[in-house]
Amino acid sequence: MSAHQVEDRGLLRFLTCGSVDDGKSTLIGRLLFDTKAILADTLTAIERTSNKRGLTAVDLSLLTDGLQAEREQGITIDVAYRYFSTGTRKYIIADAPGHEQYTRNMFTAASTANLAIILIDARKGVLTQTRRHSYLAKLVGIPHLLVAVNKMDLVDYDQATYNQIVADYKAFAEQIGLSDVRFIPLSALNGDMIVDRGERLDWYDGPTLIDILESAPAAHTEQAESFRFPVQYVCRPQASDNPELHDYRGFMGRVEAGEIKVGDSVTVLPNGLTTKVKDIQLYGASLDKAIHEQSVTLLLEDEIDISRGDMIVNSDELPAQTKQIDAVVCWLSETPLSPARTYWLRHTTREVKAKVAVIAHRVDINSLENEPATTLAMNDIARLTLKLAQPIFADNYEASRATGAFIIIDESTNNTVGAGMIVG
Amino acid sequence: MSTLTKQTLSHLDWLESEAIHIMREVAGQCSNPVLLFSGGKDSICMLRLAEKAFRPGKFPFPLMHIDTGHNYKEVVEFRDKRAAELGERLIVRSVEDSMKRGTVVLKHENESRNKHQSVTLLEAIEEFGFDACIGGARRDEEKARAKERIMSFRDEFGQWDPKNQRPELWNLYNARSHKGENIRAFPISNWTEMDVWQYIEREGLELPSIYFAHTRPVVMRQGAIVPVNVPLTNGELTNLPKAGEEIIDLQVRFRTVGDISCTAPVQSDADTVEKIVLETATTTITERGATRLDDQTSDASMEQRKKEGYF
Repeated sequence: MSAHQVEDRGLLRFLTCGSVDDGKSTLIGRLLFDTKAILADTLTAIERTSNKRGLTAVDLSLLTDGLQAEREQGITIDVAYRYFSTGTRKYIIADAPGHEQYTRNMFTAASTANLAIILIDARKGVLTQTRRHSYLAKLVGIPHLLVAVNKMDLVDYDQATYNQIVADYKAFAEQIGLSDVRFIPLSALNGDMIVDRGERLDWYDGPTLIDILESAPAAHTEQAESFRFPVQYVCRPQASDNPELHDYRGFMGRVEAGEIKVGDSVTVLPNGLTTKVKDIQLYGASLDKAIHEQSVTLLLEDEIDISRGDMIVNSDELPAQTKQIDAVVCWLSETPLSPARTYWLRHTTREVKAKVAVIAHRVDINSLENEPATTLAMNDIARLTLKLAQPIFADNYEASRATGAFIIIDESTNNTVGAGMIVG
Repeated sequence: MSTLTKQTLSHLDWLESEAIHIMREVAGQCSNPVLLFSGGKDSICMLRLAEKAFRPGKFPFPLMHIDTGHNYKEVVEFRDKRAAELGERLIVRSVEDSMKRGTVVLKHENESRNKHQSVTLLEAIEEFGFDACIGGARRDEEKARAKERIMSFRDEFGQWDPKNQRPELWNLYNARSHKGENIRAFPISNWTEMDVWQYIEREGLELPSIYFAHTRPVVMRQGAIVPVNVPLTNGELTNLPKAGEEIIDLQVRFRTVGDISCTAPVQSDADTVEKIVLETATTTITERGATRLDDQTSDASMEQRKKEGYF
């Protein structure tokens, strides 16, 4: 470690929800700008573009302007990823467009986020869109929600306006069972309460946005989870000229939930055999344990036939081995779901054929009411039952994100057409 | 929020772990992948990640470099040395061979060959039947890349369609493709230039000498530092100065290394990785902005090249 290295608080992935009108792009631009992630030449480039568009001030939202098509239409179409670092923590922002027709993009961006910033325009208060974003954030299991009441500059930094929005939101949050919500007033345009406190929000004594991000837990969950290790690849270097490696069988993968120590009892699925962990390796080194999200190689005490798609799990807490799952699915494709067709379902490192047994209901994401459905179109969210050709080793999504999630792939185009979360 | 804080990985360990996971997914899902290795700093990190992903086994893919014929001698030599040390197979395919075949036609003799790498790459993909190419591109490099998937689908013409990308959720990657199509996989998508240098420092990775401050003849051309009289591997000099240009000896280092005709160095006295990390933390110019002459032609030039099959 070199002398200039400081405390490492890991990495936080967060999502910003809102539309251009809420000042989402400006907020991201402001975060990047105030944390010095924007360098001079990029700034010069957006200055040039701002001038070209006849703007008098530099439009920070241009920093997040991506593709040619998006620039032409002046809207964000696809999820973009942005990076900044405070020196103590690295951040990945998933920037998802806010319009209703982009539910699938928000769903996608939310799937890897541990915190969501829900933007509200202080002049408009809690809107249908706010409810939709909050519902989706909860649905995809983002553990920490931050409601940012933006554009405080346009309501004269009025505390009563802010308090009213907070009260309205809390009433709604209770309705849909949201807990752990925090609130902050800010002006992305002027930079108040983002990195610097500014001077116009003196009545607010909570932390700034960056302080909240710095102190948010980096782990997806603070609960203890059962050990889950889907096998990605089997290492058998028999051909090596090192005779010691002739019997080497390393099972390579990432700890998707829980943790594992040398000597722990594990069960291999689907064959159900139980053994102990002999060694945990990473590039020649032996580790005592491996934690959540760590990629390692496991060596086991007994010789068991294991291949990609199998799962090594804690013997005391087995996942369900099942050929039928209930799930909440978001349809991602322009081609509607066909209950007559067979799809590929990818769950952890396992791929099985799947068919819809029944669509229980579709959720109207604006009213949050359930409604009957016989098919699903792009951006639809529905609860359904799937039949599988082979078993998967499933946990409830709420208990374990990585082993409760799956994607649906169209057999003919190979496109990813749906995403689902197991609920039973 | 509970007060009990779970143990989590440091940011570099997390990025490393994610990259290893992605490489293993490519190896598990694709039947004939290849790892692109240029001898540049990002691909040097990729080799360490591949070692961490697959040792004590061999890599489940060969290494490949698309050589424009205009690469820095130090980098080409490093490329060969590193591949030999690892004991892994290195395939080199050259833009000059595509020129001989007539599939690459330069507009004029001095045109940059950088964008023509796409043609040679597609020819090599066809020759070997690769169904996935693993590359060291990062999303922070350029705004078209910010929206690219980690597993990015290319049709049989190698084209990227930014408006029609496969959604990518959780860490469930879809690397399926039909014959003739292929996947470009980017394990260090989420890394920044700073992360790369910190990783090089932590892992003690060796780099070609031109990444460190050294003195070389340059001219100033349209605000950029342009190296001149650069020796190629065959001893020939390239990037000759234009008439009337004043040659100066300047202390420089390269932040990115590519085709000689379009890679410019920056002025620097950072001669160790530690100094480079410090310099990267305080620089005011982006990596490609400072050093890639080819990205400045238009706001969307990277996007355009990628649509045509470029990495």
